[in-house]
Amino acid sequence: MIRLQQVHRIFEVGDQKVHALNDVSLDIKCSEYIAMMGPSGSGKSTLLNILGLLDQPTSGEYILDGQDVTALSDQAQAEMRRDKIGFVFQFFHLVPRLSATENIALPMVLAGVPVAERKVRVSRILDAVGLTDRAHHRPDQLSGGQRQRVAIARATVMEPAVILADEPTGNLDSASGKDVLDILERLNDNDITLIVVTHNLDIAKRARRRLHMVDGRIDSDTTTGKRT
Amino acid sequence: MMAADILGFALKSLRGYSLRTGLMLLAMAIGVAAVVVLTSLGEGARRFVVAEFASLGTHLLIVLPGRSETTGGPPLLLGETPRDLTIDDAMALNRSRAVRRVAPIVVGSAAVSYRRRDRESIIVGSTREFLDVRHLTMAQGRFLPKIDPRRASPVCVLGAKIRQELFGADKALGEWVRLGDRRFRVIGVLASEGRTIGIDVEEIVVVPVASALSLFDTASLFRILVEARTREAIPLAQKDIIDIVRSRHDGEDDITVITQDALLSTFDNVLHALTLTVAGIAAISLAVAGILIMNVMLVAVSQRTAEIGLLKALGASGRCILILFVTEAGALSLIGAVLGLVIGRMGGWIIGRFYPALPIGTPWWAIVGALAVALGTGLLFSMLPARRAARLDPAQALSRR
Repeated sequence: MIRLQQVHRIFEVGDQKVHALNDVSLDIKCSEYIAMMGPSGSGKSTLLNILGLLDQPTSGEYILDGQDVTALSDQAQAEMRRDKIGFVFQFFHLVPRLSATENIALPMVLAGVPVAERKVRVSRILDAVGLTDRAHHRPDQLSGGQRQRVAIARATVMEPAVILADEPTGNLDSASGKDVLDILERLNDNDITLIVVTHNLDIAKRARRRLHMVDGRIDSDTTTGKRT
Repeated sequence: MMAADILGFALKSLRGYSLRTGLMLLAMAIGVAAVVVLTSLGEGARRFVVAEFASLGTHLLIVLPGRSETTGGPPLLLGETPRDLTIDDAMALNRSRAVRRVAPIVVGSAAVSYRRRDRESIIVGSTREFLDVRHLTMAQGRFLPKIDPRRASPVCVLGAKIRQELFGADKALGEWVRLGDRRFRVIGVLASEGRTIGIDVEEIVVVPVASALSLFDTASLFRILVEARTREAIPLAQKDIIDIVRSRHDGEDDITVITQDALLSTFDNVLHALTLTVAGIAAISLAVAGILIMNVMLVAVSQRTAEIGLLKALGASGRCILILFVTEAGALSLIGAVLGLVIGRMGGWIIGRFYPALPIGTPWWAIVGALAVALGTGLLFSMLPARRAARLDPAQALSRR
């Protein structure tokens, strides 16, 4: 489903070139559960950004769902992100002036989904993440765990094929962190591909496949039989 | 994205930053209100002048001594000083069939005194015809008697304000007042009429034309007011006046005849141009408001970097972000403009209360123009910030925290 071939990403910082990704090739099949690990600056965020079409590889090929996406226009890439990819961020990135419901509906607003259908989908998804009673609260009225659940609801409302989570529990206490992971893993059980970037070994151990990155390369790629 | 959603999103983010939005609305509103108020004043002045001229009667011709030409050229060696325009010249104009009334006019200023009170006043020397030509009415007594204009007579008619200042509550009719070094008997008082062009009739003293000539020791009239029989007779009257005076002045064209219509359209044009100029100056404040919008939108873009990155991650294209920001600026300028329109109209109304004589009215082109310029500058100046937002790199925008 996802195929990266000899992907390089070079940043120019001042007159220095930083090789953030160095010849990365990667195959990810449908409904995989992958944890990406590695020290800061190892290129895991860059890889995630490229997988999420937020960044372009300097060279190499990225094929998503059988389509070479590096050649697509800005508009087509935006539609890809909207329809196929869900993002979950460490700092939630909720729009502060919008209520939980409105935040969740945002991707559907961008996609032009009719209002009636939006309501149905939002209420179904609020129920799934257990936030029905918080529907009209603004982010500043929600706890960290609740905010991340809103963010996950937003990431899944368009029923994407992949969820990219960048340190989804990094800003949460362990109890709400566990809730959030449970929700993400439940989505994975429903055949959504889940890619989680984390520093936390305990979290990484829950994934069936673990990528370890060092200096812009994939250092190790191990697959265990099933989730523990 | 659906249009209603775009608008809703823009309005919500405007509400989200209420202080910023409020200040921008204020700037836009002030700009539009300035345009509306200033053009209303200009338009009011124009209507005022037009109405004043109309009240003088549209069949009016004004005869001035001296030839005024718009073409340049060296001054003539002979006949440089125009011949005096005399009472006899004025009387001779009655020969034309196109002329109904003729009122010779001498204007000067002199001290008017009654007992121990005195003041400086404008003295108008004329004939009985003056009353009808200028459409004046009497408050008390009679106007100047119907006598031979060449004869002086020691009688005068006071303007309402002069009467009030000299006599207060006392009876004025029949009393003797001193004009300069002569004495005149008051035979009438003019009704207060408000202003008419040039002279405030409340502050004049009218005396027979021959008396005024001798009072100011001159033989030349200031001008002659001529009323044509009908509107259609004006060109004929003009031609007759020129012919009659030329024959009396040894074949020289040394007078100028202005028709009311020509004067009216000149004033109309001048004041219209003035209104446009004032509107243009006010429009500068709109441009300033536009630049302010750009400034604030730029700040908004850097403030909302993370949000823009998020929108991109959720599937907004660069074009979509552009539309969102431009819509925001457009909504801002439109709301500000409408607000300014309301404030401007209110301002006009308040000015109208204080100066009821001024027929305040906002011309439609000023309203349309102000709205268009407001919206135009808002959209134009938001393009730069909106494009900056559209081009934002989402990965970097999201990583900034």
